[in-house]
Amino acid sequence: MKAFLMNRQRDFDVKQPLPPQSEARVQDLELDVLFNAMANGDEFLLNVVKRAVLCSVLAPDTIHYRQAILQDCLAHPDVIRAIYQISIEAAENRKKRWMSTLGRMPSTILSGAVQLMEMYVELLVKLRSIADQNSATFVSEGFKTFFAMIQHELDDDYFEVIREHLKILRFRDGVLISAELGPGNEGVNYVLRKPAGKARHWWQELQELLGPQTPTYTYTIPDRDENGARALGDLKDRGLNLVANAVAQSVDHIDSFLQMLRTELAFYIGCLNLCDRLAQIGAPLCFPDPTPADARDHSYTGLYDACLALTMGKQIVGNDGNANGKDLIMITGANQGGKSTFLRSIGLAQVMMQCGMFVPATSFRANIVTGVFTHYRRKEDATMQSGKLDEELSRMSEIVDALSPNALLLFNESFSATNEREGAEVARQIVSALLERRIKVFFVTHQFELARTFYDQHLATAHFLCSERQADGQRTFRIVEGAPQSTSYGADLYRNVFGREADAT
Amino acid sequence: MHSPSVLFDEEDPQGQGETATAPPFFRDLNLDQVVDAITARRDEYDLKPLFYTALHSEHTIRYRQAVFQDLERASTLEAIRKFAEEMRVVRRHLALTQKLYYKYNREGWFLEAAARYRDAVTGLADALTHADLRARGLIQLRDYLADYAQRGDFQTFVTDIDNCRAGLTSIRYCIIVRDSSVRVRKYAGEIDYSVDVEATFARFQQGAVKDYRLKLSIGSGMNHVEAAILDMVAKLYPDIFASLDAFCVEHSNFLDPVVARFDREIQFYVGYLELIASVKAIGLPFCYPEITSADKEIFANASFDLALAVKAVAEEKTVVGNDFFLKGAERIFVVSGPNQGGKTTFARMFGQLHHLARLGCPTPGTRARLFLCDAIFTHFEQEEDISNLRGKLQDDLVRIHAILTEATPSSIIIMNEIFTSTTLQDAILLSKQILTQIIRLDALAVCVTFIEELATLDVKTVSMVGGVVPDNPAQRTYKIERRPADGLSYALSIAEKYRLTYAALKERIPV
Repeated sequence: MKAFLMNRQRDFDVKQPLPPQSEARVQDLELDVLFNAMANGDEFLLNVVKRAVLCSVLAPDTIHYRQAILQDCLAHPDVIRAIYQISIEAAENRKKRWMSTLGRMPSTILSGAVQLMEMYVELLVKLRSIADQNSATFVSEGFKTFFAMIQHELDDDYFEVIREHLKILRFRDGVLISAELGPGNEGVNYVLRKPAGKARHWWQELQELLGPQTPTYTYTIPDRDENGARALGDLKDRGLNLVANAVAQSVDHIDSFLQMLRTELAFYIGCLNLCDRLAQIGAPLCFPDPTPADARDHSYTGLYDACLALTMGKQIVGNDGNANGKDLIMITGANQGGKSTFLRSIGLAQVMMQCGMFVPATSFRANIVTGVFTHYRRKEDATMQSGKLDEELSRMSEIVDALSPNALLLFNESFSATNEREGAEVARQIVSALLERRIKVFFVTHQFELARTFYDQHLATAHFLCSERQADGQRTFRIVEGAPQSTSYGADLYRNVFGREADAT
Repeated sequence: MHSPSVLFDEEDPQGQGETATAPPFFRDLNLDQVVDAITARRDEYDLKPLFYTALHSEHTIRYRQAVFQDLERASTLEAIRKFAEEMRVVRRHLALTQKLYYKYNREGWFLEAAARYRDAVTGLADALTHADLRARGLIQLRDYLADYAQRGDFQTFVTDIDNCRAGLTSIRYCIIVRDSSVRVRKYAGEIDYSVDVEATFARFQQGAVKDYRLKLSIGSGMNHVEAAILDMVAKLYPDIFASLDAFCVEHSNFLDPVVARFDREIQFYVGYLELIASVKAIGLPFCYPEITSADKEIFANASFDLALAVKAVAEEKTVVGNDFFLKGAERIFVVSGPNQGGKTTFARMFGQLHHLARLGCPTPGTRARLFLCDAIFTHFEQEEDISNLRGKLQDDLVRIHAILTEATPSSIIIMNEIFTSTTLQDAILLSKQILTQIIRLDALAVCVTFIEELATLDVKTVSMVGGVVPDNPAQRTYKIERRPADGLSYALSIAEKYRLTYAALKERIPV
């Protein structure tokens, strides 16, 4: 029995390590804002959504699979939350009753497992009834398969069979075990035997008649001999070892099924939470259209940075654009013109699309990437000693370790720590090699020298954007197509800060 | 009676003392990995000290080389290996009998130990009789064993073992545990109940879950209840247990001291040969190096880093061999060139060769002449810790100072990428200072650096450069060649240091 609500054929691994460079990605794209909105204060949700969002899904098929399930969730939020509640109840009950197996013996494992099995049977009955009520109204492949599986695997007859066997396993008449002498004359090959019932073999009856030839000796543990009682228990445990294992493992199978169900639903619960938050501020959402990794697509309308919108508590200006067929997108122009916000919205939409979520835009279409990486200029801090260029290149090197073709790399003001000419040369070598290895690059820079290096190459696959600036120097915070300009409008900024207080906001 | 050693020639004045702890350079040269691989399943022999103890006599080095050469014959090595396996079990069983309290339990383990010891001795004596031996160390042992195995008391020992074991393994019984008593009788053919129950729950089995089967007391003696049961079993089968009693009295002290010493010492050879056999299997050569303490005109052909080769075996990769030589006044290899081009590997190889040679071991390569050094010093960059750069630079300098204080003209110094954490200018200044001091000392040295100008510092320095394929600068050959270095600009030097130039990147990112 598998939930399979995250992947068609595979469990979601909540313990999988985060991909390399995740910390930088979270910091640069402000993903914590997203995670917190999804988790809504719940630690378990936080952990799951973090993994789900950061561990990108690569197959378009899986993305569509999750999108369909998410649409079912958006249509029936109450049913989803009810199923989720069953899995939580299982986790809480187990915590109450199941002690660590450390220091426990097969006989106690066996009796504990029998008790737990009774508890799970009740919850599974509940889950069956939800499946019976809703199997007709859900349309996604994931949920249809899930409900059908529950109805098929957990029929009434099977519940009856389980209960019957739990009764038998109490061994009221003692435990019969056979053994041999191994090295050191120690007992080996302990095997639990079925005591002969009423129907005996003829040779067993014969042996009974021959009585005196098969003598039996008895040893009884004295009343206060605790060690002896324990030793005798150990022997019994040797016989019960395999049986206890079979029952306890069955309990674990049921438990891991319910925990997996909880984990996989947690992602969708997180999506429901986020959807609620964005609906409150009237920010739009859409289901994106992923294209294969070797395509080069990026077209969008109303694309905005959801994390900024969540932080500010209001809808913000979105961008439209089309960079289909391009693998280098260079964004230049005015400081504080919305370049960084735009870059974040690109990264965020990609990350959300690739885990099967909706994205913050009115429409969004992009090729799948093998990883989203960010290289942002960092503030000077403890790293001053090694020199800024050293620090930036060292970080770049770590990113390169994790890169593979068809990854997406977002640069923000990188390699500007040395003089413009040398920085441009280093950047040129790096970006050129990345492009040749089929890495898709977004590069935000205010340095003209660097932008021109690429502009002058007239690459068919390069796309140049800049922050929009109206004739009077006003910014719209929109990013539009445009060639690199030799000034970053520092004069505008200066005038803004010193001369025109009215524009400051 | 004299007790022959296969490790130390009786005539060597150095004596047979052993160094207990790893020399400081072990870790830097990855010799710890090599020794760990050799000793991995040999803890009980305490072999590591033998690999830490450098020999100072060319004579003893040759004594060991001869034993190695004899053991390169597969049949001889196989016989030793079988012997060791049996002896290992004997020791374990005997140790156990010391701790056991119940008579039939103790006697049972003693019988096991005796049986394995018999197999070990007869097997080895027989195999060595047919082996073609040249090494003095091994010939002495063969003669001793041949005599021992033919003695009459040993022959009786062998027959008694067989009789006792046959009786005990024929026994089969049942116990019935109920409340606080246990009944014992002979087994009467009842069916296996666990199998029955497992089938019932099979329907739940899906993925891997925890295994709840407990490992219940394996070979660790017995308690008084088990002992009581064993006593009852003994009553079911009285004759068998009487003959076991007799055996233990008659053969109470069967282990021979010469056999025991050989058992440990030979593992030094077996372990090393086992390791290099796996390396030879991927096509890499080993040789017996010529040892010199008179001059420093050393060389090695087609040599390689042994630790790397061991890894390559596991990962099914190949390893590139390298040559080097020094002539006349030359003392110091300055290794520069592209990163990931095998520079550090070259430095490690150089150090490893010299240590392995002074243990008497065969060394990586087809031919070699190596210097019998008095000490090896290494300085390798530790893991980078960005938050503590100032402290680390100072720490580096303190360590190098300590090395230069201790080193003699007969020492070997190996420095790998020192000062990479500081700025380029600082690194140049400090590296030159240090190198000048080594030149003055006249010691042998390897200095791996990204600062190429160090290569031309003096007549004693020899420039070695990581090779690239001429048509494709991005592709490394992992060959380190003797030729002048070629320089780069400042920003690109840093980019090169992090392997971020166009060429380096194209190599790093998979296609």
